[in-house]
Amino acid sequence: MTDPGVTDLGVTDLGMPTVASDPYGHLRGSEPFPVAARRSLADTQLRQNLGHATRTIRAKRAGVVAEVDDWEELRRAGEGIKADVMARLPELLVQFEEAVTARGGVVHWARDAVEANRIVVDLVRGTGAQEVVKVKSMATQETGLNEALGEAGIAALETDLAELIVQLSDDRPSHFLVPAIHRNRSEIRDIFLREMPDVDPELTDEPRLLAMAARAHLRRKFLSARVGISGVNFAVADTGTISVVESEGNGRMCLTLPDTLITVMGVEKIVPTWSDLEVFLQLLPRSSTGERMNPYTSTWSGVTPGDGPQTFHLVLLDNGRSNVLASPDGRQALHCIRCSACLNVCPVYERAGGHAYGSVYPGPIGAVLTPQLTGIQGTDDVSASLPYASTLCGACFDACPVRIDIPHLLVQQRAAAVDAHTRPTTQDVAMRAAAAAMSSPGRFSLVERALKLGRLIGRSGRIRSVPGPGAAAWFGARDMPTPPAETFRQWWARTRGPSS
Amino acid sequence: MVGAHPGTVVVSARDEVLARLRAARDAGGATAPEVPREYRRSGTAPPGSAEVVDRLVETLTDYKATVHRVADEDDVSATIADILENAGVTTFVAPPGLPARWLGEVTARVRPDEPPLSVAKLDAVDAVVTGAAVAIADTGTFVLDALAPDQGRRAITLVPDHHVCVVRAADVVSSVPEGIARLDPTHPLTFVSGPSATSDIELDRVEGVHGPRRLDVVLVAPRA
Ligand code: SF4
Repeated sequence: MTDPGVTDLGVTDLGMPTVASDPYGHLRGSEPFPVAARRSLADTQLRQNLGHATRTIRAKRAGVVAEVDDWEELRRAGEGIKADVMARLPELLVQFEEAVTARGGVVHWARDAVEANRIVVDLVRGTGAQEVVKVKSMATQETGLNEALGEAGIAALETDLAELIVQLSDDRPSHFLVPAIHRNRSEIRDIFLREMPDVDPELTDEPRLLAMAARAHLRRKFLSARVGISGVNFAVADTGTISVVESEGNGRMCLTLPDTLITVMGVEKIVPTWSDLEVFLQLLPRSSTGERMNPYTSTWSGVTPGDGPQTFHLVLLDNGRSNVLASPDGRQALHCIRCSACLNVCPVYERAGGHAYGSVYPGPIGAVLTPQLTGIQGTDDVSASLPYASTLCGACFDACPVRIDIPHLLVQQRAAAVDAHTRPTTQDVAMRAAAAAMSSPGRFSLVERALKLGRLIGRSGRIRSVPGPGAAAWFGARDMPTPPAETFRQWWARTRGPSS
Repeated sequence: MVGAHPGTVVVSARDEVLARLRAARDAGGATAPEVPREYRRSGTAPPGSAEVVDRLVETLTDYKATVHRVADEDDVSATIADILENAGVTTFVAPPGLPARWLGEVTARVRPDEPPLSVAKLDAVDAVVTGAAVAIADTGTFVLDALAPDQGRRAITLVPDHHVCVVRAADVVSSVPEGIARLDPTHPLTFVSGPSATSDIELDRVEGVHGPRRLDVVLVAPRA
């Protein structure tokens, strides 16, 4: 017999970067993006809700980012810290594990979603609790922990307001920060009236009253909870400190009141030192909720006698992250701090909504992260359609607080999708060439400018050749219509402004 | 199953994940770049200066905390007494090391958290009064250190619905980096910026969810 957490396998398997397991289909959608998006686009209520919410948040974000005169320097530091983390990830994780263990925490490692779920289910069973309170965590959404707990007869109660709305209406999350962004206030009221047993039947759709209803609904659960489950925003390698950034106080409830805390963390959440938080605690709140600072950030290290949970388990999750790390450029997708700014500025996300991506990671970052986590398996893999869910307008890069070059990664993932085809089509060949041409926003702009030049020379109305890296291969496969006087990026910058 | 196939080894999840990550890191690149730190690591004005204190008043107020400015620590207890009385507070919890002089004129009944009160008892008190470890003017934040005697364990500032926090000018810094530098990362810390709030309904901020719905900050800062 083997111990839990120990499997036997061939020597050759050891150390191969491996793609995610997806036991409940939370990463790989069930249909290609264009099919799902067409349905979302037909839903005018959804488009109205998303348009309103993303407009609101774009304006708030622009306001608080403009207040910070060293914003670009902070972005560069954020980018640099994350790149450094990727280059030292295994060593930093070992250092972190030592620090957490020294301070009374118990560290578990999970190769994939199935293993992480099993570890958590066993830990909860060990406490005898029938119910757990959860603070919103992308990692446990990714693994489908709630389903796994449910199958074990354990009720997982989501306590974040938006997550509660999603759970009560048996819906799926559609945004990192606000999983119920696709719902407006009157839809939320209807869900509460239908699903909360003790709610005041006179409840109106005033946001303040809706928030109060959530408070009343969860209060007793918080005060009696024995097990809390959380994710991680940042984990500090040298001190073993973990931080959770939130607004409502539901996170504080889950992190403070239960006897046992179980935290599930994607391995990429590490930062080397405590002082690195001085960068991320400036970048994250302004980029995500458009606040100078979110109402509450909790940090803790292991177990503190006399304060908070006296049993602390930490589950470190790979689930495809090693596969992403193996790609020199693609690993940038692991730099993501889940602020959701790129979703809020994306013209495709704003119209199609999060569900169309079929993954718990939607939007521009989801379109490059999801296919790398799952890998692309064969020509019909729906993950392969995600990198096409973009106009390559570059707004996501401008908004990203850690400067992830999402347009570049999108083009690269399109090329990867092409490589998954057994016999390349003409379009595939062109795409691969374009991937080289567009391999950075800078180079993409160059080709664009070259195309503009092409406007002057394309007398026949078609362009047959253009200078630029890789462009020859692209034009070897096709002619290009004469481009408009203004490029898409120029149009975007003019009409939407750099900060919108 | 150990030894079922010749040539197999038993590998723990830890060893396997670390081996995968090492292989992946080496494949993707193992050179750690120099991190550019050209952002401001010190504030625009010195800690406790009038400029910094004024900015804190603005940012706290902007996020719906009520600020009460007093010139001298001797005035704290009268101010707290007023706040509690106006809010109709009859009982409140205090951490074991709260300075006694802050409560001299307070008439509401104090329940010291020593021995620690049960969650049910915390739920029954109307308010909590604490100090703070540091406050950050740029963001309207104060930080509670659970191991500081005048701040107390995390539950006491979470369960009661009304938090009164005393901040001294000397503990007010301008920027996040200065605040971070003053904190001990091995202690449980809570960064508080306004009363509990949510942005989950149409991405607009509304105050008042699970944490204290009312937040009063007593700021001890001599007028310049
Ligand atoms: S990719 Fe950048 S902008 Fe998008 S969620 Fe992640 S950190 Fe935010």
